[in-house]
Amino acid sequence: MTDVLNAIVLLANFVLVPGLAYGSQLALGALGVTLIYGILRFSNLAHGETMSFGAMVTILVTWGLQAGGINFHPLPTALLALPFGIVGAVALCLIVDRLVYRYYRQQRSTSSIYLIVSIGVMLITGGLIRFIIGPGDRKITDGERFIIKARTFKEMTGLNEGLAIKTTQGVTVIAAFLVVGFVFWFLNRTRTGKAMRAYSDNEDLALLSGINPERVVMIAWIMTGALATIAGTLYGLDKSFKPFTYMQLLLPIFAAAIVGGVGNPIGAIVGGFVVAFSELIITFAYRKVLMYLLPDGMAPEGMIQLLSTDYKFAVSFVILVIVLLVKPTGIFSGKSL
Amino acid sequence: MTYLAGEMMTGGYGGVDILHECSIGVDRGQIAVVVGPNGAGKSTAMKAVFGMLGLRAGRVMLDGEDISSLKPQERVLKGMGFVPQNQNVFTSMTVEENLEMGAFIRRDDISQTMQQIYTLFPVLYEKRRQPAGELSGGQRQQVAVGRALMTQPQVLMLDEPTAGVSPIVMDELFDRIIEVAKTGIAVLMVEQNARQALEIADRGFVLVQGRNAYTDSGAALLANPEVRKAFLGG
Repeated sequence: MTDVLNAIVLLANFVLVPGLAYGSQLALGALGVTLIYGILRFSNLAHGETMSFGAMVTILVTWGLQAGGINFHPLPTALLALPFGIVGAVALCLIVDRLVYRYYRQQRSTSSIYLIVSIGVMLITGGLIRFIIGPGDRKITDGERFIIKARTFKEMTGLNEGLAIKTTQGVTVIAAFLVVGFVFWFLNRTRTGKAMRAYSDNEDLALLSGINPERVVMIAWIMTGALATIAGTLYGLDKSFKPFTYMQLLLPIFAAAIVGGVGNPIGAIVGGFVVAFSELIITFAYRKVLMYLLPDGMAPEGMIQLLSTDYKFAVSFVILVIVLLVKPTGIFSGKSL
Repeated sequence: MTYLAGEMMTGGYGGVDILHECSIGVDRGQIAVVVGPNGAGKSTAMKAVFGMLGLRAGRVMLDGEDISSLKPQERVLKGMGFVPQNQNVFTSMTVEENLEMGAFIRRDDISQTMQQIYTLFPVLYEKRRQPAGELSGGQRQQVAVGRALMTQPQVLMLDEPTAGVSPIVMDELFDRIIEVAKTGIAVLMVEQNARQALEIADRGFVLVQGRNAYTDSGAALLANPEVRKAFLGG
């Protein structure tokens, strides 16, 4: 019995808890991608850099706060700086839209042109970020590190395996829950939110109904900037902030959006968790779990790891390919790409 | 003078004219029907009246005012409602949300108008929480008409409202359209089912290749042997 419990705690510690946190970060990222896809009808490859930019502004303000002796103990100080990061990323989105995307809207460009344009935006934003904060790794986490420490958990339960929940993981899941709740409330209950759904559903009919497209686009960018900053900061707190990682995050984020169905907000959330858990389940080494579960003497010698963690991005890629081959509209039947 | 009139409209997409000095119009409380063979420019004439197509010549008059230069959204504000032929509902949104979006430009209380629409189309009340995309063809058309009526327009323009619905549903839709006209709204519609449409029409316009071929009352067109022979199958 204790063996089974130990196995469950082991899985919870290395798959469930990190999966929930990582899944929340992907879900928030994918929500931003899907929002832009639904409203502006293109795959915004610059989204990773928007996350990075928002997180960078948050970090700069966090440093300022820390230098001023202001903290948010026991929570990370970065949460106090988050609103500034959001303002920064929203400003970036609106400026880029004004200077770049608006022109292509007026030209009625195809989505492939937008895609290429967004690559340009991605590269320039990425350069700007590295110019401001540098390419290095930044640790910004402060405050209490753990909600539950592995050792405390072991002492409490008397099990061999410990369950550790980091403060950042708890904060990530709670923040994602609140943000997603707000986004759904906004889209389903408010006049402006419904107008955005209407515009995404049928642009021509939305125009006939008197919905102002420029306003819808502006609100979409504001929401995207805010979501990206929250996702980027939470990821930075949970792991660490390094500008290049955000470009790599694009793949799992797009996989998440596409798995769930692009343009469908519920799909983005579900897709985020599908991708996160797939990555962790496939790259987890099951040796210890099997040691607990199998009878003595049958314990495997190898790591029983399907794929090295170095290849975790391959998991997103494979999911992406499978979904595009089998069900291009995703689980919740969004728009097909 | 006609309440809504497209006068001597000439224009088309790109450089090619589809309409040639085409005139259509309707008065308050009346039903005017535009019929004609495929490719006669019926839908194009409707789009021209609603401002979705640039005119090279001619004008559109509403209640004595020249509205030729107004955008479609501005014409909505002037009291015109338009039901396009295709994709005329928000499929992912519920029936009620569709009606709310129809009333987007209104800032006052819309609950009474919504009640009127539910009285006109009782089935929509039953289905108000369902996504419009899940409804049958006839019910979708009712949502589409209801959406356009939410602005309380003076003119309702319908582009083939009975396309793809069964004859029974078509009769029912026509009945509803007559009810709408009885409230004093001017109804201008394009119809593929020429005979049935002309039966309920106060005025009929027969278009051929973007030109007015015959213009008369619905009954007179139905009685006209030439029109019967050429367009109504004898």
